[in-house]
Amino acid sequence: MLTLLFDGIAYGMLLFVLALGLAVTMGLMNFINLAHGAFAMAGGYVLVLLMQRGGWPFLAALPVCFVVPALLGAALERTLYRPMYRKPHLDQVLFSIGLTFMAVAAVDYAMGSSQQNLQLPDWLRQRWEFGSGPWMLGVGAYRLFIVVVCVALALGLQALLTRTRFGSRLRAAVDDPVVAAGLGIPVNRVFLLTFAVGSGLAGLGGALGADILGLDPSFPLKFMVYFLIVCAVGGTQSITGPLLAALLLGIADVFGKYYLPKLGGFIVYTLMIVILLWRPQGLFTREAR
Amino acid sequence: MTTPRLTARRITLNALALAAATLLAPGFAGAQADTLKIGLILPMTGPFASTGRQIEAAARLWMAQNGAKVAGKTVELIVKDDAGVADTTRRLAQELVVNDKVVALAGFGLTPLALAAAPVATQGKTPLVVMAAATSSITEASPYIIRTSFTLPQAAIGIAEWAAKNKIKKAVTMVTDYGPGIDAEKFFVDRFLLNGGTVPEKLRTPLRSPDFAPVLQKVRDAQPDAVFVFLPSGQGAAFMKQFAERGLDRAGIKLIGTGDVVDDDILADMGDVALGVVTSHHYSAAHKSPANQKYVAAFQAANPKMRPNFMSVGGYDGMRVIYKALETTKGAGGEALLAAMKGQIFESPRGQVLIDAQTRDIVQDIYIRRVEKVNGALYNVEFDAMKGVKDPGKNR
Repeated sequence: MLTLLFDGIAYGMLLFVLALGLAVTMGLMNFINLAHGAFAMAGGYVLVLLMQRGGWPFLAALPVCFVVPALLGAALERTLYRPMYRKPHLDQVLFSIGLTFMAVAAVDYAMGSSQQNLQLPDWLRQRWEFGSGPWMLGVGAYRLFIVVVCVALALGLQALLTRTRFGSRLRAAVDDPVVAAGLGIPVNRVFLLTFAVGSGLAGLGGALGADILGLDPSFPLKFMVYFLIVCAVGGTQSITGPLLAALLLGIADVFGKYYLPKLGGFIVYTLMIVILLWRPQGLFTREAR
Repeated sequence: MTTPRLTARRITLNALALAAATLLAPGFAGAQADTLKIGLILPMTGPFASTGRQIEAAARLWMAQNGAKVAGKTVELIVKDDAGVADTTRRLAQELVVNDKVVALAGFGLTPLALAAAPVATQGKTPLVVMAAATSSITEASPYIIRTSFTLPQAAIGIAEWAAKNKIKKAVTMVTDYGPGIDAEKFFVDRFLLNGGTVPEKLRTPLRSPDFAPVLQKVRDAQPDAVFVFLPSGQGAAFMKQFAERGLDRAGIKLIGTGDVVDDDILADMGDVALGVVTSHHYSAAHKSPANQKYVAAFQAANPKMRPNFMSVGGYDGMRVIYKALETTKGAGGEALLAAMKGQIFESPRGQVLIDAQTRDIVQDIYIRRVEKVNGALYNVEFDAMKGVKDPGKNR
């Protein structure tokens, strides 16, 4: 029981980091970026390349998995995404899904289509067990590591958005870009930075998840649905919304696969439908705009 | 006076014979009459690409070793990638039969892919050689199907017998939820129960999800003596890692299964956690026979960094069956070729095999093997064998 709960939390945390960037671009910048998973995949492959070919240690490679997709995101935002902001949502969706397919094909060509096998350092492969019987708690070191990193990220981002000058500028730019620009806020730069950070977070999530979710070129398509569910259920106006939604999904998924294996991945979708019927605006949104 | 008349008659006869030949073999009339095309449909990309790579390498090795000429005609191998999608397999099979006029279809990495192509073989009267897919019922989908790989019931009963004799009383099964997985589960459980074992849980995992965490936790909570596992070729590494991470080995749960889990293709990368895993299967790269040593050496010379696995042997033997049948029929296809494929007995790298004329399925030895270190690398070392196993799925 407790082991399952812990696994679910770790899985949910992972989903949260992966989906957060999407929530930010969708909620704050009103842009639907279905290519979000491609940035996550980029992070995963950076980690694989650095560790397998470059021989980098795991901890040293992780920050690079944030930086490379962030730079990639910034470059793409400047060149491809910015002209799309004013286009209708359908155009944005078609554009970004096309980008995803290109990323899938490119990675398939460059890295091969097989599942990447990552060797984690020994200290992350330990496991501790407490108690016994149904209340036994088994904690895998790697999953614990994920939870710690993700909690730190969530707290840091919450502080960034609510306590800093950049945060208030971002919120202002989102609420009314024209007035914000009139007040001297560099709206374009704020959006560029936000997009880059969102992509970087996705990359970090992809790197952290490579071992648990598996990493192959179909990654962006396989998990796109999960990201979108997190955003739909959690709402996209805060950080706590997606966080709680991701935790709920992660726990429901793990418990579902354990207790109702016949239904398998179906549980998550059922849950989503029920929640959206009950609260179409998302669980943690104050009201529909 | 007689000589010119004779010549004239001979010319007429020759012309008649030529016309008859053209009429009788419409397939070759348009195409070049001196090539024999074999259509190889494999997943070369996507999650099951390792199967495709292994079989293609083995098929090319057979051709390199035995020449590209059979019965005076040039053999051309056409490799098509279906990426593991059944719709694509069917379309490719149709194109190969209708446009390329292949004498035989071959390959087929997964059960759904083989089943999708079966109607094409029946309608086109084209022999179809299954080199990988291993659900028992595949050969019943078309009278033109021949199999050179193995069937899951064949492999699963071996380990069920061994487990019952080796102090394993309680086993949980964990299989991938599609044709071969269900075959493996059914035949393992039946045989294991027959020998006095108990199976408290039968677990199934979806084909395209590599997250085994919840299922492995369930295995652990059931506290069996062993867990019987079937996974499609290529997923073993991810499974093995999670098996160790969850501490199942330390909880005293033995890992047994069919040989797919400790696939030779990825076994070397699995690490020491795989040591001691006992499986039953029809082929191991460590099989001790001169034929196999020659095969492995030639395979690795042609494909550095690759170790031939059971998929490759299915491809290699499949090419052999097609070649020998074409020799018998002097290059003719259709029913004649199918008949020439049936009943072939030969020594494969895996040992003596027979293509059963009645079921068109392969009859072979099933080995019990344990993962051990041989010269520093992990191998499945065979220590027992069941001789001449017919597919048990066909006797029902």
